Amino acid sequence: MNHPLFSRFTRISVITGLALGGVGLLLFVLGISPVDIGVTLARGSIFSLQKFSHVLTIWIPLLLSSCGLLFTFRAGLWNIGIEGQVVFGAIAATCLLREESFGLPAAVTLVLAHILSFIGGGLWAAFAGFLKNRGGVNEIFGGLGLNFVAQGLILWLILGPWKRAGIASMSGTDMFARELWLFTPPGWRLAPAALVIACIAFAATALILAATRFGLQIRATGINPTAARLFGIHPGRTGLLAMAIGGGLAGLAGGLQVSCVYHRLLPSISSGYGYLALLVVMLAHYRLRPVPAICLFFACLAAGSIQLPIVLKLDSSLAGVIQGACVVSALLVHGLQKRQRGEL
Amino acid sequence: MIELADISKSFGKTPALQGVSLSAGAGSIHGIVGENGAGKSTLMKILTGFTSRSGGEILCRGKKIRLNTPSDAMRFGIGMLYQEPLDFPQLSILENFMAGKAAFAPSQARAELARLAADFGFVFHPDHKVETLTVGERQQLELLRLIHDGTRILILDEPTTGISERQQKQLFAALRRLKAYGAAILLVSHKLEEVDSLCDTVTVLRHGRVAAAMRCPFDRQTLLQAMFDSLPELLPPAQATPGQEPVIEFDRVVSTVGRAGLHEATITVRTGEVVGLAGMDGSGQAAFLKIAGGFLPPESGRVRRFGQPLPDGCGRSRDVAFLPADRLAEGLLPGMTLREHHILAKTGSILLSAATGQDSARRAIDDFNIKGQSETTAEELSGGNQQRLLLSLIPDKVRLILMENPTRGLDVQSAAWTWQQLHRRKGDDGAIIFASPDLEEIMTQAARVVVFYDGRIILDTPTAATSYHEISRAIIGEAGRSILRPA
Amino acid sequence: MDPATFLAALVTMAAPLVLAALGETLTEKAGVVNLSLDGTILLGAMTGFVVASVTQSLLLGFLAAGLTGCAVAALVAVIGVWLGQSQVAVGFALTFLCRDLAYFLGNPYARQQGPQLAALPVPLLADLPFVGKVFCAHSLIVYLSFLAIPCCIYFLYHTRHGLILRTAGENPEGCWARGIDPNKVRFLATLAGGAMAGLAGAAFSLAVKPGWGHPQGCEGIGWIALALVIFGSWHPLRVAAGAYFFGLLQLLGIVFQDSFPAIPAQIFQVAPFPLMIFALILIHLSRNPKNRFFAGFIRLFGSPPPQGLGKPYRRS
Repeated sequence: MNHPLFSRFTRISVITGLALGGVGLLLFVLGISPVDIGVTLARGSIFSLQKFSHVLTIWIPLLLSSCGLLFTFRAGLWNIGIEGQVVFGAIAATCLLREESFGLPAAVTLVLAHILSFIGGGLWAAFAGFLKNRGGVNEIFGGLGLNFVAQGLILWLILGPWKRAGIASMSGTDMFARELWLFTPPGWRLAPAALVIACIAFAATALILAATRFGLQIRATGINPTAARLFGIHPGRTGLLAMAIGGGLAGLAGGLQVSCVYHRLLPSISSGYGYLALLVVMLAHYRLRPVPAICLFFACLAAGSIQLPIVLKLDSSLAGVIQGACVVSALLVHGLQKRQRGEL
Repeated sequence: MIELADISKSFGKTPALQGVSLSAGAGSIHGIVGENGAGKSTLMKILTGFTSRSGGEILCRGKKIRLNTPSDAMRFGIGMLYQEPLDFPQLSILENFMAGKAAFAPSQARAELARLAADFGFVFHPDHKVETLTVGERQQLELLRLIHDGTRILILDEPTTGISERQQKQLFAALRRLKAYGAAILLVSHKLEEVDSLCDTVTVLRHGRVAAAMRCPFDRQTLLQAMFDSLPELLPPAQATPGQEPVIEFDRVVSTVGRAGLHEATITVRTGEVVGLAGMDGSGQAAFLKIAGGFLPPESGRVRRFGQPLPDGCGRSRDVAFLPADRLAEGLLPGMTLREHHILAKTGSILLSAATGQDSARRAIDDFNIKGQSETTAEELSGGNQQRLLLSLIPDKVRLILMENPTRGLDVQSAAWTWQQLHRRKGDDGAIIFASPDLEEIMTQAARVVVFYDGRIILDTPTAATSYHEISRAIIGEAGRSILRPA
Repeated sequence: MDPATFLAALVTMAAPLVLAALGETLTEKAGVVNLSLDGTILLGAMTGFVVASVTQSLLLGFLAAGLTGCAVAALVAVIGVWLGQSQVAVGFALTFLCRDLAYFLGNPYARQQGPQLAALPVPLLADLPFVGKVFCAHSLIVYLSFLAIPCCIYFLYHTRHGLILRTAGENPEGCWARGIDPNKVRFLATLAGGAMAGLAGAAFSLAVKPGWGHPQGCEGIGWIALALVIFGSWHPLRVAAGAYFFGLLQLLGIVFQDSFPAIPAQIFQVAPFPLMIFALILIHLSRNPKNRFFAGFIRLFGSPPPQGLGKPYRRS
């Protein structure tokens, strides 16, 4: 009974059981059939190829942001500023994409825009890291503050300098020129390039964190910054670099949102994926391997929940309730387990 | 008034105290002395309710009592003055005085604080924050609070470390006054002058047992012999002539880190030297080593390493190795395997495979006799094996090895072998500076002994020119022929 | 708009923020960071509105909201204090859970008319020329927000339990050495803060911004309250002042939008956060001994956080 795989399986079962059981009980008390919910969610996410491609358009930015968070959590940092990094990456990409052309072929512009989104997100994150290292501002509150600043910035841009020709509108900027849309085959709802980018990003994250010296150094910084210095590691610098990479990946997510999902900049460009990614990584207990699957699960919930108001006249926030319940239940179970182990 | 009868305490299988008995009557000051690790702090934790005892009884005024929590101890009038005052620096002096009392009566408390302070000759501005006070003053405040709470059995843990001479005098006067009021005072100290001038009776602890119980006036010789294991006069190691090149130079370095800090430490260590730092815990050796390692900037004074001023921040240049005393908390990475530690310790390729670091780890396991595999994590190793891991991480071409406690947790054979390795790594143009509570280790391995007392270097001599006796006297504050008084 | 009306509106608008921020001040003074504030406020708003609508009793509505706030805070306390897990993690997860739960459960009651707290002018005082309009002609919850300020100050700085609460936040070890269990204190402080946050939510849905919907309109207030606690250096008076200052900025943004088109409205909504960062930097700089000469000046604006904030305490 001490085999790690068994205990991990038990733990996952207990966590999901607790979360889903709790939500199921709530639904039951409200007179709603959990089966109906399950079917509706499934119908909205996995029962058709079209719906599933919608799931994937959520999965992609979620996975990218989660990969970014894996870097920052590994360094022992709470990168709550991830929302702002997604937004800033989107803004950066929009800088390049909203003009008709810079005299460059469309493909080049697109590539540059995505690079710019990576850099933009990275800089925004690095700023939070800088505030922490030099200004002593805890990265939680610094990140939170910068999230709101980024939100303010995007609103100002959409309603001000980048407003639609004619009237400023909360629905966003003008659409980008058709050539600057990331290639989407007819009938598909998502761009294959985005899928490829997300998969490469995950593979790269896995490679760097698990199989490079730098990844090991990041881990050392997160485990014990004092001891890490004895190994020649600069905790401050390493942390900053991890923030920059993490922010870059989040920025890339934002860039993809403008280039292949919305084709313009709008206030809710991040769709809360940054914060959702935090929940994903918390549920994965900060480990790499469960992340893609959990992202898929959360994406299915998010996509499927769109059907809820239509079919069952329920608010689509049920998806969020399930997601949140899973994370809280995971924290509870881990805490109880630790207490049990500590007191034995 | 308070009696400890046959107290024993074990942490798992390790016995920390065995059959310790002592008693202190009302209106007396009872000293408790012993080397590092003799069991003094464990005993005090038991008496204040922080730790439970494994055996024996505690009697207060003749009646058996149970002390499960600090509030139990408070109820019986037992109070302790900690080395690190457990106060609230951001709150005011008055608030610190009042916190936890049954009633909230600030004007009354203010008056009582003023009265007590005047009685004992202390001065306080009740509305200032505690963080503006010096360590000595914080101690005074804590003392007044305990007295006001009705403490009749007062325990003090190394109270005079890091306080000024004037504050020391005030403290001694306060203690004598309390004694006159009928309190029973237990004074844990390693300073002979204190024990001599204050205590009526003394219990000497050694390796968790009572080695001696004496009455005032004390015979210094007997006290020394009881405190430290007796050693035959050992032959010092072969003397290599130290080279000319300075490895570490301290010039009037001052630091406030640690209880005693460092007061104008000036010393030069040259290539080829092996220097042993002796002294009670917290006398300044740890600060010295951390500053030499580049982890702590000195508040004033200059430090040079290999003739250059210290680079800032990062600890591992390829030339310097630092082994902290708190292995898992400061030196190793819990959760990482031996192999991963070795990968980080050496330079090498950017990409890692399953084979990277295997050779290094396996060699370390064989050479240093580490009971573990290359995939064992650091926290799974036993204490002694963690030490071996730390030693195995020392780079080959190192020029300076700094160690806070090199052979802690190792048996005699492993320790001997370790020193062989260390001497070899040092070579002819390296140097080793280490602190150790084990005087035998210092005398056999170090060619030069430096003794720290209260943040100052009180003795600095080649091992060949000194004796075990002189070193142990220096540790408790006696140097030369007179007792050292703080400047 | 005449000044009296302006100020009266300001005070009304800021009332829920004052309540939530003061509650969080109590919690953080005891050493616990409760990031679930935003979600708690929303859940409290929903619960208050629904219960008041169903029972037609405003009192029950507010009570339910307060209890809801307590319940959420209890979860934070159990996982963050008792089990010693990361307070940030549990607070963060709960804020989203509560928000989504509020939207989900409140859906059937969205955009419905519900009971509203009426203004209750104080008999004689409301007739006073300026002061009457600004301070004495409000609903009960606004009066409560007024009272909360001196009550919090009195509690924290002039009572035994307030002192104990502060010690639990500064140095839990010291607390334990004086025979007090710091975790129990932290637990209670978290519950109190949560209750006030719940009440703040009900203040929105039953008074300041009546009704429920998705969105309600009070989204984001919780995060602002968190920022205000830092900006106000964990002192109730400064925190409340910050809340009114923020309300002022909001109101200015609404009123002068047309007059100053060049200034983006977003500045007003976003302002608390750069200010909070600024305050944190100042505090950090003032601790550096090299900056002693202007440390005194900085001290005027800020004091450091409770030293035990966010660190779980476990008996050794």
